[in-house]
Amino acid sequence: MSAAPLLRFENVGCLRGGRLLFEGLDLELGEGEALLVTGPNGAGKSSLIRTAAGLLPPAVGTVQRCDRIALADEALALDERLTLERALGFWAGLDGGGAAEGMEAMGLIRIARVPVRMLSTGQRKRAAIARVIASRAPLWLLDEPANGLDSDGQLLLAGAIAEHRRQGGAVLAASHQPLGMEPSRTLELKAR
Amino acid sequence: MTALILRELRLAGAGGHAWLPLVFFLLVATLFPFAVGPDKPLLVRTGGGALWMAALLAALLPAERLVEPDRAAGVIDQLAIRGISEETIALAKLIGHWLSFGPPLMVAAIPAAALMDLPGELLQRLELGLLLGTPGLAALGLMVGALTAGFRGTGALGGLLMLPLAVPILIFGASTLGEDGQIGGMKLLAAVSLLLVAVAPFAAGAAMRAARS
Repeated sequence: MSAAPLLRFENVGCLRGGRLLFEGLDLELGEGEALLVTGPNGAGKSSLIRTAAGLLPPAVGTVQRCDRIALADEALALDERLTLERALGFWAGLDGGGAAEGMEAMGLIRIARVPVRMLSTGQRKRAAIARVIASRAPLWLLDEPANGLDSDGQLLLAGAIAEHRRQGGAVLAASHQPLGMEPSRTLELKAR
Repeated sequence: MTALILRELRLAGAGGHAWLPLVFFLLVATLFPFAVGPDKPLLVRTGGGALWMAALLAALLPAERLVEPDRAAGVIDQLAIRGISEETIALAKLIGHWLSFGPPLMVAAIPAAALMDLPGELLQRLELGLLLGTPGLAALGLMVGALTAGFRGTGALGGLLMLPLAVPILIFGASTLGEDGQIGGMKLLAAVSLLLVAVAPFAAGAAMRAARS
């Protein structure tokens, strides 16, 4: 690894509602690497992702991350009334990225002018991933990115992740599914 | 920041939400003369105060949709991971909220004053008072919206939280319409409003952060 890692956990522990989800977690994610987090429901996969994103302060330990990150979790964060194109455009405008490249990568060009509230579950998931792609952030944090995706969508997701890693990006994904990527490492969280 | 304010304005304009406080304000102004009767001196004496009360309640109406939809949709999270602080988000919301209800309310005050038969000089003072007071009302609405985000049945709770805090604005706002103490009333109104506006981004920002965990 040449440069500084894009994400580094040092001895991180996470408490949620008085319950210890994980502790003593060390991990490092550099350019082109991908970490797949697996584990049963409630093991703390989403909390790990949110801790990595800085949305959840770790109970112990330190988390370092690069400046620009992109997060796709269960919340879509797109304005329901806008067309998909414009809703993605809002975030792409903030990030200095391009909404079109995200929509293209996830096969959404055809429905670019459909209002977000009309999208199906799978299309919403694709849109969330398109928002991540459009951000051009080096570190992707994906929480169950394949939920609700059809086989075509899963292929597009795997392709997008591979392309992102080829360009030096890193991916931290939590999923029950293999996501069609070859993770540099896997981390299995145990239920406690 | 500009993008955030524009987004707030767009959200306020979408679905006719922006009209609700205005319609409410005018509705009160229409009903009030029916309730107290067409006695002109009485209307002139009480009308201004009634309009202030209507403005206060109108400001409370949109408080629920200021923060909660963005919290639920993950928009605040997405802004936070882009390094935009909750205080900045709150400030953008404050500016957007005021722009979407303050100036329209001032315009609506003109027909409302006509319905009460308020003299022109009183209308001028009402307008100036609204200009000074509505930012404070917007700040209160934002704080209450942020504090109650994530709770169920926030409508009544928001009212209970906000109305006591809004009493100073109501007192000083209505006092600017009285015979004496107009200048002093304006100054105190401006001071209360300024204080609320200064505190709101920090209080609302902290509430948004607290709502996350």
